[in-house]
Amino acid sequence: MALTQTAAEIAAILIWGFAATAALSAVMFGAQRMGYSRLSLPFLIGTAFTGDRSAAQALGLVFYLLGGWLFAFIYYFIFASIGRTGWEIGLLIGAVQGAVLLVMMLPLLPYVHPRMASEYEGPIRGRRLQPPGFLALNYGYRTPLTTIAAHALYGLILGARLTLT
Amino acid sequence: MEAPGDFPDVGDYAVIGNCRTAALVSNRGSVEWMCVPTFSDASIFGAVLDREAGHFAISPVDEARVSRAYVPCTNVLQTTWETATGKLRLTDCLVLPDERKPELYPQHELLRRVECAAGEVEVEVSFAPRYDYGRSRPRYAKRGKLGWQLTGCSFGAMLVSGIDLAEDRDRARLYGRVRLKSGEARWLSFAYDQDEASIIPPLGEEAGTRLESTISWWKGWCAQCRYDGPYRNEVMRSALVLKLLNCATSGAVLAAPTTSLPEVAGGPRNWDYRYCWIRDSALVLHAFLRLGYLDEAEGFLEWLLHATRLTWQRFQVMYDIYGEVKLDEKVLPHLSGYRGAKPVRIGNAAHDQLQLDIYGELMATVSRYVEAGGTLDAVEGAMLAGVGRHVMKLWRLPDQGIWETRRAPRMHTFSKAMCWVALDRLRHLAEKFKMPIDRARVDADCDAIRAEIEEQGYNEEIGSYVAYYGGKETDASLLLLARYGYREPGHPRMEGTYRYIAKVLCDNGLIHRYRDDTGYDGFAAPENAFAPCNFWAAEYLANAGHYDEAQKLFEKLCTYANDVGLFAEEIGTRTGKPVGNFPQAFTHVSLISAATALFQKKTA
Repeated sequence: MALTQTAAEIAAILIWGFAATAALSAVMFGAQRMGYSRLSLPFLIGTAFTGDRSAAQALGLVFYLLGGWLFAFIYYFIFASIGRTGWEIGLLIGAVQGAVLLVMMLPLLPYVHPRMASEYEGPIRGRRLQPPGFLALNYGYRTPLTTIAAHALYGLILGARLTLT
Repeated sequence: MEAPGDFPDVGDYAVIGNCRTAALVSNRGSVEWMCVPTFSDASIFGAVLDREAGHFAISPVDEARVSRAYVPCTNVLQTTWETATGKLRLTDCLVLPDERKPELYPQHELLRRVECAAGEVEVEVSFAPRYDYGRSRPRYAKRGKLGWQLTGCSFGAMLVSGIDLAEDRDRARLYGRVRLKSGEARWLSFAYDQDEASIIPPLGEEAGTRLESTISWWKGWCAQCRYDGPYRNEVMRSALVLKLLNCATSGAVLAAPTTSLPEVAGGPRNWDYRYCWIRDSALVLHAFLRLGYLDEAEGFLEWLLHATRLTWQRFQVMYDIYGEVKLDEKVLPHLSGYRGAKPVRIGNAAHDQLQLDIYGELMATVSRYVEAGGTLDAVEGAMLAGVGRHVMKLWRLPDQGIWETRRAPRMHTFSKAMCWVALDRLRHLAEKFKMPIDRARVDADCDAIRAEIEEQGYNEEIGSYVAYYGGKETDASLLLLARYGYREPGHPRMEGTYRYIAKVLCDNGLIHRYRDDTGYDGFAAPENAFAPCNFWAAEYLANAGHYDEAQKLFEKLCTYANDVGLFAEEIGTRTGKPVGNFPQAFTHVSLISAATALFQKKTA
């Protein structure tokens, strides 16, 4: 019985993790297409592995989806540790995650991404990708807004749909 | 910020491109037209239409004598200035990525190398992009050694410069000067990315590699050409223009990379040619086949048969490069126009006109594609059969004709003859590919069209085919009746037509497409000589056996190209200079057709 319940919980995490990732992607891609932001996480992830633009997009998207599922589990454990769930909590965690991404993760990228150039060295062979800069503002001044909104939506969906037993 | 100097002559520009977009570079070293991300999008440098609509200039500060040439067999431009103190050379290209190397490349890179070849020369740089057809001024942000980023725009654009630049806020530009000594060179790279993080290409040796790779790509493409006849330089330059306008991402071929360069100074005939006309493209495909470029022909045919499905069986006169059918015409009132020629238009209202000749041109081209070894699958065969049925429904209707007249439709003789060509080629294709057609009905319609043309489209009194049924006016498209096999060249009716056109439409040795003083096209304004018609005349003469006359005319026409071998849509009747949208695929394809006709007759 317990095993069945665990399987159902995992299935719910996978399903809603996928849905939340799709919603996050829709907001991020929409922002790109509408000219609000040029931040493409799949592109940044994919170009860490290959210099071929098309292959980078495809590869990045796969890692992005896997990352979306991984974070769905992390969200579940956070909900479990505080003993409650709900869209407000999800939204809050998502917004915090977006902010952490902007303030801590993306500015570190030039030091770890093998194809990203830095403002100190300039573009060199093999490192040509523009760094995101503070709050990823190099990719458009609306980038912080769209990134936090997308991640808040991700958290909102998980918070609203995942239940604790 | 105004671009340097007054508007240059159209012939003072040269074109560079990467088969996705193109740029016009003036002989003052100023990029004054470039649209991003594709040919048909908004300009980021638009000084050719308004001196304040954006430019990117690199030139000597002092007075200089200028000469230009393309690196042989490429679309890489070299401009050389000789000043009192030295010699300066500027090399310009839109980079073509080396696909064998797994490197990140920007969507577009405009790469410029300025080098002092002798003595000392002071160089100035003025970088003033204005996107959205000059409506928006960018702000600039210095990103350390990564160069300058354009901010406040929806796309990514970076300028990396080997010359120190500073922001000139009053004029919203980046500006710098440097004195170069003999042997010194500097690189400048403008990179554009539509909706992802910018890719910033390095300068120095890496930039040299990209330039070399671009040169070798163009040379490799030229090396595939099978044409080995006379006027090879002119033919290859024309082929390079066509390839530059052949969109790599879709296979479509643009009529020209510009909009609203006027057909007459200050006149109203200012049209947007950054689209794919079925007629022009079919002729381009034919030219590619003649030169041995089967891949380009296949790519275009694929685009044509798939992109036009939205309107099948009816074909629109033109489509955008991805087959988009809505090309609504708009006026850009904020632009002054080239030398004051207003209005500046984007989009093209002629897209939904009825122009029956396009069906004939399409079917003739497919037929030549098959003759050259191409094949059609069952789906393509069924599509063409559907087009044939559509022609049988339409051919009795009046239309706007090949010249896209903006007046009431008429029964244009050339349009009817091209319907005959469509059905005639269809029956030949159907024999080969077992296409679903009603052969008896096709034969009957072919006979009926021919009978009608011979009765109503030919005027015994003047001894010539006429522009429209029952009229006495002529138009130069009738020269093509021989090319498409409606009438054999040299037939008395064709000879009469050629002589009548030469007599009535010729002004200062140049043929106009029709009389411009009769309101033929719905405008009262005069216009210049339509360049393709003149090459059609040379082709007709060659095919009709008047070889010497044809050769003399062809060689004379070649003198009307600008200093780097480019033609516009028209030739100034009084000035002999290129006029109108530039460079024009239709003119270059007509040059290739005339040259190959001369070659065939010579070898025969």
